[in-house]
Amino acid sequence: MSLIPASLLIFTRQMRLSLRSPAWPIIGLFQPALYLAFLGPLLVRVAGAGVDGLPAGAAWRFFVPGLLIQLGLFGPLFAGLSIIADLRSGVFERMRVTPVSRFALLAGRVMRDTVVLLVQTAVLLAVAYAFGLRAPVAGLLLMFLFVAAIAVGLSALSHGLGLLVRQEESFTPLLNAAAIPLLLLSGVLLPMTLAPQWLDILSRLTPFRYVIDGMRSALYGDYGSSAVAVGAGVALATAACCLALGARLFARRNA
Amino acid sequence: MSASGAAVPIIEATGLAHTFRVGGRQVEAVRGVDFEVRPGEIIGFLGPNGAGKTTTMRILTTLLKPTAGRAVVVGADVGADPGAVRRRIGYVAQSGGTDGNCRVAEELVTQARLYGIAKQDAVRRAADLCERLDLTGLADRPIRTLSGGQRRRTDIALGLVHQPPLVFLDEPSVGLDPQSRSDLWAHIRRLRDDLDTTVFLSTHYLDEADTLCDRILVMNHGRIIAEGTPDALKRRISGDVISLTLGGDADRAKAVLAECPGLDEIAVSGQTVRLTARGGEQALVWLLRTADQADLDLRSVNIARPTLDDVFLALTGSSLKENPS
Repeated sequence: MSLIPASLLIFTRQMRLSLRSPAWPIIGLFQPALYLAFLGPLLVRVAGAGVDGLPAGAAWRFFVPGLLIQLGLFGPLFAGLSIIADLRSGVFERMRVTPVSRFALLAGRVMRDTVVLLVQTAVLLAVAYAFGLRAPVAGLLLMFLFVAAIAVGLSALSHGLGLLVRQEESFTPLLNAAAIPLLLLSGVLLPMTLAPQWLDILSRLTPFRYVIDGMRSALYGDYGSSAVAVGAGVALATAACCLALGARLFARRNA
Repeated sequence: MSASGAAVPIIEATGLAHTFRVGGRQVEAVRGVDFEVRPGEIIGFLGPNGAGKTTTMRILTTLLKPTAGRAVVVGADVGADPGAVRRRIGYVAQSGGTDGNCRVAEELVTQARLYGIAKQDAVRRAADLCERLDLTGLADRPIRTLSGGQRRRTDIALGLVHQPPLVFLDEPSVGLDPQSRSDLWAHIRRLRDDLDTTVFLSTHYLDEADTLCDRILVMNHGRIIAEGTPDALKRRISGDVISLTLGGDADRAKAVLAECPGLDEIAVSGQTVRLTARGGEQALVWLLRTADQADLDLRSVNIARPTLDDVFLALTGSSLKENPS
């Protein structure tokens, strides 16, 4: 069976399982809405006060990319837990014995995580719009592309790492240890322009800094700016590297 | 019955070995294993847990790369051409391979499609298998609601949905109640009888190996220590034990009965003469006649057939029953 139909087969199976779980709509869809509902009133105050570096009244265009990265870091990044469960139940072994390409086994799962994050993005943007987000349509569409790249990268990485670590007890702390610094260093909640030089340098070593800057510029309508191009480049490069790493780990003979 | 007229073995393993690195230590799970399997056989790996059966099976099913040796399975080398091997084998792992939240029929259909079978065909085969393996009416049930036996049969269905010529079953009846076990054995026999499927199973249950397998490979500590049909193994390794309880002089009886044809050992214990002889059934006839002619006061006779546990005991010095893991 060739790669694309095989990946779609796995994707369909994973989606079917997700949709069947009652936790999915509750956690998956309410999560982005809750971020905005609880953070929204505070942001409006902060924006109104015109914090240095933060354009007054444009608070939403500033914060939404950060919230999307947060959804990515606590969603697809933890997707590897499902591969650990599949290892334990023997499902993964059973699929590894079939002639299906090992990459398709990864791609189907990554596609499912990407679709989920894109749906969450749509919900978040809709709720943000209700709260007052105004941005050009092209900028909003670019959000989806950025999010897709992030989802692909983080999901592939997570699944690969899950195969390597194989135990929930070690996997979850490892991911938490990575996710929180990445989140804080990416300028999610406050602009990195406020940061002292050492923090700024550290931040520049993480991919999400550039991705968020790119997403913000897109929402302001600055399509031509280097920020969007750099952000897109970093997002795609990260996705490609993570996918390659995930593919290698899935293809290992003794996984 | 079995189609063992074919010359080409369906499995050929030469010098297979696998060493795991656990913590800092090396664990030699498989230490140089050579064997052949003919098409249409039901062949069994018999040995305690930790003998290397699962590891060997995982090498043959391309799930593990051997650290030495090679294997040709269904005509393809497991190292050089794993894809070709995977297309034509089925594998049912010891702990199964199902997700509790999936439904039986949908997993069977997905599994068939993973082998490249078209959807319509896959749906038909799933229904077919459900019928053959007594899973009718369970098609839309989530797997976690099935009983142990039903779940095991689902696992087996998943391994058979693409009708492979060779199927590997790792400890297929562990955890099943006696009725489910014998039902499972019947299903396995039908696989071979009706579809000419070669079945390679591993087990630590003596009765399973004895009643189901055409040939047994006895495995211990990563090596194959004996090989043959259950009867041949029992005949070759251990003789029948015949106990004669006498009313009179047991030592005189011993002297008389020591002439028994095929005798290996003879000993007296109180009023009982215990003999170990090959071809116990024939020896018993001679013994009864001789005891009668010599006027020995024979009270009772007992004949114990050798079991595979006796075989294992003779080969390894430990009993499989006392030492399952």
